[in-house]
Amino acid sequence: MATAITESIGVWYLRLYIAGQSPKSLYASANLKKLCEEHLAGHYEIETIDLVEDPTRARDDDILAIPTLVRRLPPPQRKVIGDLSDTRRVLRGLRHPEEAS
Amino acid sequence: MRVQLTELPKTPTGIVGLDEVTGGGLPQGRPTLICGPAGCGKTLLAIEFLVRGITQFDEPGVFVTFEESAADLTANVASLGFDLAQFQADGRLVIDQVNMVGGPPEETGEWDLDGLFLRLGAAIDAVGARRVVIDTIENLFGAFSDTAVLRSELRRLFGWLKDRGVTAVITGERGDGTLTRHGIEEYVSDCVIVLDHRVTEQTSTRRLRILKYRGSLHGTNEYPFLIGESGVSVQPIASLGLRHSVSAERVSTGVARLDAMLGDGGFYKGSAVLVSGTPGTGKSTLAAQFCDATCRRGERAMYFAFEESESEIVRNMASVGIHLAQWVDAGLLQFRCFRPALLGLEAHLFAMQKVVDEFKPSVVVMDPVSDLLRNGTESEVAAMLTRQIDFLKARSVTTMLTSLNSDAYSAQTDLQIASLVDTWLLVKITEGNGEHNRLLYVLKSRGTPHSNQIREFLLTENGIELADVYVGPQGVLTGSARQAQEAKERSDGTARIEDLEQRRVNLEQRRAAVEAQTAALWREFQNEAEVVEQLLSNGSTGVVDRAGQRAEQGRLRQADPDDLPVGA
Repeated sequence: MATAITESIGVWYLRLYIAGQSPKSLYASANLKKLCEEHLAGHYEIETIDLVEDPTRARDDDILAIPTLVRRLPPPQRKVIGDLSDTRRVLRGLRHPEEAS
Repeated sequence: MRVQLTELPKTPTGIVGLDEVTGGGLPQGRPTLICGPAGCGKTLLAIEFLVRGITQFDEPGVFVTFEESAADLTANVASLGFDLAQFQADGRLVIDQVNMVGGPPEETGEWDLDGLFLRLGAAIDAVGARRVVIDTIENLFGAFSDTAVLRSELRRLFGWLKDRGVTAVITGERGDGTLTRHGIEEYVSDCVIVLDHRVTEQTSTRRLRILKYRGSLHGTNEYPFLIGESGVSVQPIASLGLRHSVSAERVSTGVARLDAMLGDGGFYKGSAVLVSGTPGTGKSTLAAQFCDATCRRGERAMYFAFEESESEIVRNMASVGIHLAQWVDAGLLQFRCFRPALLGLEAHLFAMQKVVDEFKPSVVVMDPVSDLLRNGTESEVAAMLTRQIDFLKARSVTTMLTSLNSDAYSAQTDLQIASLVDTWLLVKITEGNGEHNRLLYVLKSRGTPHSNQIREFLLTENGIELADVYVGPQGVLTGSARQAQEAKERSDGTARIEDLEQRRVNLEQRRAAVEAQTAALWREFQNEAEVVEQLLSNGSTGVVDRAGQRAEQGRLRQADPDDLPVGA
């Protein structure tokens, strides 16, 4: 069932904005990887941007909160903030078909 | 033990008037909240704080906006002469625009505002910013669902700004019954400035009030402020205080006899003069002659006219021999003619101060200030004039205000203005003998031994002249009655001279008579003296005769010889 859905959604380009090695950042990274493997297996790319290294990148997606996950593709852009610990809410925020109801 | 009192360090805003009402500026290294309703000028005040910092105090700045786009902002303030793009290119300003479209994102798990902190920190470091503006931070409440986290993050933000040592200005939209919609004032507690925008009688006035300034004295009034051609201008009612230096130098009124009436050559330089009177008394003419005299000395004069146009004034004054066109051509005289109803009082004040600072006149005329009453209440006009006079006095500009009123004594405005001015000239009209005549007198003139005399005020082909009035049993005589009196006195004088001449002639005649009498008496005396002389010279022969006679008589009476005693 999961496979059928991922076939239908194409490739998702995701960006995760983090701030260095803070617990929230690390937790969010881990949660995102796990989530993608489970729900977007083979159909995702993750770019992680560390604002401590380059704060000016925050302007790209108007980032204020950390961590912020941005769905760059497919359009429209979606944002989810927080440590991504609640998978269902993350999927809902990203308008994943499983939670899009 | 002594408590060391140290002055709270302040960051001057460079905004006209604001530093005066805050006693030197905003609290240095701390956040200040500026709040008010939409369109009250918050953003402009904030951006000017940054621009003045860059241009006047060499303090670079960061502008974080959650509202306008950087391009819009740059375009909006370009009309005020602020070239934000240039400041950015020079590395003295960062504008960080945060786009808040799209509503709150899904929130899952813990988050913080490190993104904002990091970009703000990067911006501050990029230009070495000393000033930061965040406009309008309350928009964040639309961007996040979890306001509890947001609030704690905002609290952390203001603490962080303090740690960074930047002087920050945070703007907030006024809420319903609260200073800001989301209670930002709770976090920014060092200094709170409230702006307001009110419309009374179709005239809008912006006002500013320092609600709170922890650890500092500050003005508590509501101060009008303006957004003019060169930015924000706060108008503290008495900000200038009474600190202007005074001059003992005199400025001629242009009317020689009036100079004499004021004692020692006219008004004091930098003083304020009120000329009040009923319509048609020649107030404007007096003002025009004052300008004429100023330009004649090679100084500049500025004429604010609220009733007549420049060409009307020039033409009308030429009819009494005051030729102003030459001074306009020479660049010594400028007119600014406008209807007071065109703008609000504050805007007028601002406009006038601006041209005064540009033209730098030594004399300013406002004709007539009573027209300003159409724009505001008496106390508002008086407050505005107070500021105008303070402003001009601080620049040693001699000011002449004219005031039109139906009854010189009852007009409230006059009384309110009168305490502001140094010299008050009253021109009034008397009626009698089928004519009306103008009278001028000095009602008050501080610091001068001024005349208490009423003079007749004549508009001649050569401008204004003052004439003595005659005070007699019938009261003050003016006009033709005065001329009649002068003629009468002249003829009386002639008669007196004739009378004296007659008496002199009489005296001459009497002198001749006396001399003649004296001569006659003298002659009589001389005749008599001659006779006596004659008799005296015959006297010696007389004695011989008498002895001879006695001897003869004795002989005849056979008297005893001489050796016998007579009568023995």
